[in-house]
Amino acid sequence: MSQAKENIEKETVEKVQSLAGEKYKYGFSTDIDSEKAPKGLNEDIIRFISAKKDEPEWLLEWRLDAFERWLTMSEPKWAMVDYPQIDYQDLYYYSAPKSMDDRPETLDEVDPELLRTYEKLGIPLSEQEVLAGVKNRVAVDAVFDSVSVATTFREELATAGVIFCSFSEAVKEYPELVKKYLGTVVPKSDNYFTALNSAVFSDGSFVYIPPNTRCPMELSTYFRINEPNTGQFERTLLIADKGSYVSYLEGCTAPMRDENQLHAAVVELVALEDAEIKYSTVQNWYPGDEEGRGGIYNFVTKRGDCRENNAKISWTQVETGSAVTWKYPSCILRGDNTVGEFYSIAIGNNYQQIDSGTKMIHLGKNTSSRIISKGISAGKSSNAYRGQVSIHRKADKARNFTQCDSLLIGDTCSAHTVPYIETKNPSAILEHEATTSKISDDQLFYCQQRGLDAEEAVSLIVNGFCKDVLQHLPMEFAVEAQKLVGISLEGSVG
Amino acid sequence: MSALLEIKNLHVSVADTQILKGLSLSVSAGEVHAIMGPNGSGKSTLSYVLAGRDGYEITEGDILLNGVSLKDMNPEDRAIAGLFLAFQYPLEIPGVTNMTFLKTSVNAVRRGRGEEELDAASFLRFVREKAKALRLDDDMLKRPLNVGFSGGEKKRNEILQMSVLEPMMAILDETDSGLDIDALKTVAEGVNALRDAQRGMLVITHYQRLLDYIKPDIVHILAGGQIVKTGSPELALELEKSGYADYVGEVVA
Ligand SMILES: Nc1ncnc2c1ncn2[C@@H]1O[C@H](COP(=O)(O)OP(=O)(O)OP(=O)(O)O)[C@@H](O)[C@H]1O
Ligand SMILES: [Mg+2]
Repeated sequence: MSQAKENIEKETVEKVQSLAGEKYKYGFSTDIDSEKAPKGLNEDIIRFISAKKDEPEWLLEWRLDAFERWLTMSEPKWAMVDYPQIDYQDLYYYSAPKSMDDRPETLDEVDPELLRTYEKLGIPLSEQEVLAGVKNRVAVDAVFDSVSVATTFREELATAGVIFCSFSEAVKEYPELVKKYLGTVVPKSDNYFTALNSAVFSDGSFVYIPPNTRCPMELSTYFRINEPNTGQFERTLLIADKGSYVSYLEGCTAPMRDENQLHAAVVELVALEDAEIKYSTVQNWYPGDEEGRGGIYNFVTKRGDCRENNAKISWTQVETGSAVTWKYPSCILRGDNTVGEFYSIAIGNNYQQIDSGTKMIHLGKNTSSRIISKGISAGKSSNAYRGQVSIHRKADKARNFTQCDSLLIGDTCSAHTVPYIETKNPSAILEHEATTSKISDDQLFYCQQRGLDAEEAVSLIVNGFCKDVLQHLPMEFAVEAQKLVGISLEGSVG
Repeated sequence: MSALLEIKNLHVSVADTQILKGLSLSVSAGEVHAIMGPNGSGKSTLSYVLAGRDGYEITEGDILLNGVSLKDMNPEDRAIAGLFLAFQYPLEIPGVTNMTFLKTSVNAVRRGRGEEELDAASFLRFVREKAKALRLDDDMLKRPLNVGFSGGEKKRNEILQMSVLEPMMAILDETDSGLDIDALKTVAEGVNALRDAQRGMLVITHYQRLLDYIKPDIVHILAGGQIVKTGSPELALELEKSGYADYVGEVVA
């Protein structure tokens, strides 16, 4: 028996150690020679970025126009987040590994240090491994600081007519598509951060799915911030032409640093007639430490336009990272019979602050939207769901179902629900449900009596709480996301 | 030979109120003991303190399982050491299926013992068999743990967990309450199936009826935080007739 007990103790110690190491396992940084734009933000910096990317004149003009507008705007203050004033002149707006000066044609030419980074992050950049079934069948665009370092399966996708490349390449190779759609869903000056992004955006992904095509594999973009004091301003544009379907996932991580870092992204989705876009995010930017030091400021504008009839856009997000999250993936339901969905899990631990939700703008007839939001707060975090459902005058028979559930762990955190509903059409049918619950000591004890330690118990209970959302993630990522849910709540009990 | 479970002069306070006042009891391997006693006498308190629930402070005495003190062990390590409590009021966990919970539990216990985790397919078969014996539908395995289960279903589900975990020492807190006659028999069968020479059980109940099906070796009466009488199964029959009046007086004095 004493032997058994010793084993138990040893196991416990080992387990605790392995957990501590796992806390934020993406926190390493890559030591790599980078080329940066000088610190600060002005027209010259914008010209520098544009020149680096060999951009056409129209795009430079577009950026400069955005910058001019940005200068007249101010940061939004309505969100329930509190952070020190950001000094926009004390940041680097462009940073790229020197080895990326000439973009490598094949993976073999990519700096091995970069490849090692992605390997450590568990991102499959080797097509061979994927084909051999070692890794999931997913095409990946890997964005490192301000540039895309590799995009896999481009040729295989091209045979289906699918374009999947970095935004910078799209500007060169498919300028007419970019020009036609860029800024049509999220106008440059939509808000302070979109104006900033439009002025200085670096890289991101571009996707075009041709008519009547089902994208043959999952697409994904993996964003990595590496350099200190550098902002990341990614820009993603995804167009699903008539009758097409695509499922896309983005993941994000960053090294642990004591300073805060800015990430201000814009994502635009366009779904044409009968098209469907499923967009999933696993956001795991560095959240800061137990004392609230460091972490990413994540100010993101994501919007999808169901531009023609019968289009469908579905957002699924698992938000576990970032010190501050300000993010409202939204749907414009313009065509008749269009469908918008938002499934969200937002987890705050320690000093994280989250203000996230969605907007469903019903313009067309018979449009329907569905919102399921699961907010989990632990530690000293604050977690707000902010949602807007707006039914316009011509949107006959619009429907919305909203369910907002908050789960509190401990009593030093907070949860808020801020729903706005506007109806200008009396035929609308709207349902709203909201609950707030706590993990009870009784539930924890029950699980522990069955052999689970407190952290496992919390992870199990929270995964149960999030189940309705987790099941909307592509299968390839669901298991990872489940683990992440557990890991991000470490230290929240006992 | 030392006892499987040995409770020595146990004093327990909850929220600064003393509930158990010098309770001693010992269960040897292979034995089933029944504990009966009036409402509020401390039966559930005993079961919780054995399982290591927070807030139940041992001010004096000790609990030994196989000779090892449980006092400083957390609840999960006690479970790993082979202690199981069938709750008087089983908890609900929304979104977590019964099956997932069982698997997580068994694997946590196995991991804790340095054993390999079970492979999913054979585990599923194993659980289905146990569920069938307890007349629990396959459907019940797919439902979220205890959510919307009837009172009787919850109790049967506790016994399912016990059958799957095969603990060394099981404590059943009023598992019979809320069961219909047929379910009572089914549950008793499930419990009896686990009886063997190595295993010990502590069955807390208010009714002699359960003891018709689960025949105890020894019956204790718990009143006022102490064992006031220990005897043969006939003791339960006597109680059925005369109630606790004789015993309650003794302690209050
Ligand atoms: N948290 C608590 N604070 C104060 N008193 C408590 C607390 N928990 C239990 N008690 C008291 O301890 C006493 C014993 O309770 P316990 O639940 O152990 O009784 P029991 O024998 O299981 O009763 P029953 O037959 O009704 O299930 C009761 O008087 C109860 O009110
Ligand atoms: Mg009781």
